[in-house]
Amino acid sequence: MEHKTKIHTEDGRQEIQITREFDLPVELLFKAYTDPEIVEQWMSTKVLKLENKQHGSWQFETSDPKGNVVLKMNGTIHEFVTDRKITRTFEMENSPFDVQLEFFEFEKLTDDTSKLSMHIVFRSIALRDLLLQMPFAQGINMAHNRLQEIVNHLK
Amino acid sequence: MELRRDVFQAIADPTRRSIIALVALQAMTPTAIAENFDSSRQTISRHIQILTACELLGQEQYGREIYYHINAWKMKEVADFIEPFRKFWDDRFDKLETIMKKYKPKK
Repeated sequence: MEHKTKIHTEDGRQEIQITREFDLPVELLFKAYTDPEIVEQWMSTKVLKLENKQHGSWQFETSDPKGNVVLKMNGTIHEFVTDRKITRTFEMENSPFDVQLEFFEFEKLTDDTSKLSMHIVFRSIALRDLLLQMPFAQGINMAHNRLQEIVNHLK
Repeated sequence: MELRRDVFQAIADPTRRSIIALVALQAMTPTAIAENFDSSRQTISRHIQILTACELLGQEQYGREIYYHINAWKMKEVADFIEPFRKFWDDRFDKLETIMKKYKPKK
């Protein structure tokens, strides 16, 4: 079966390519990435800041059901072209992962369909492989809880 | 501490993740790794041993010193590992699509 979301990795390269086709006009796909209220819904996170412009920055915060902050993410926006492209950095605070560089390309396929290509560059191959091996299967929350433990140790 | 060969168990420990993050930047001797932690040299050795047992770390001898480095996974293994990652993004994108299909622009 052909998967809707495809992940492309190559041995010996510190990057990942994620592609996905949507039954959505490209304008709506782009909006899902730039409207804070919508980002909050599908990313299940709180948007503290999202400045959709060159030299802008962003900041998200995810909490567990009890309201404890379990994950903080932030970055800077380097390039912003409406309905076409977003280039940004991504950092998971208090994690072993270094800053990542992310290129999002939005492409119109037909009036009602579009494609997203996400190109993520890591500091090293090992960090890429480590991220891919995080326990996603058991839910990203487990990873978040672990990160919270690390944060608590640092306090 | 029992010896575990499961990769996910191995990286669930914060100290071991920190060790991986350190060695990811350059191959290091056990002494150099231990210097980054407050734990005893023995505790760190045990962590290194677990990471080596599940083949996350490999070792090479240079002269009298042993250096630990990150093991590069074989393509097939990486492909198996990335399925949960792919599924994670697939679910997120499904959610995005569902939300946007119902979206009505504010006039």
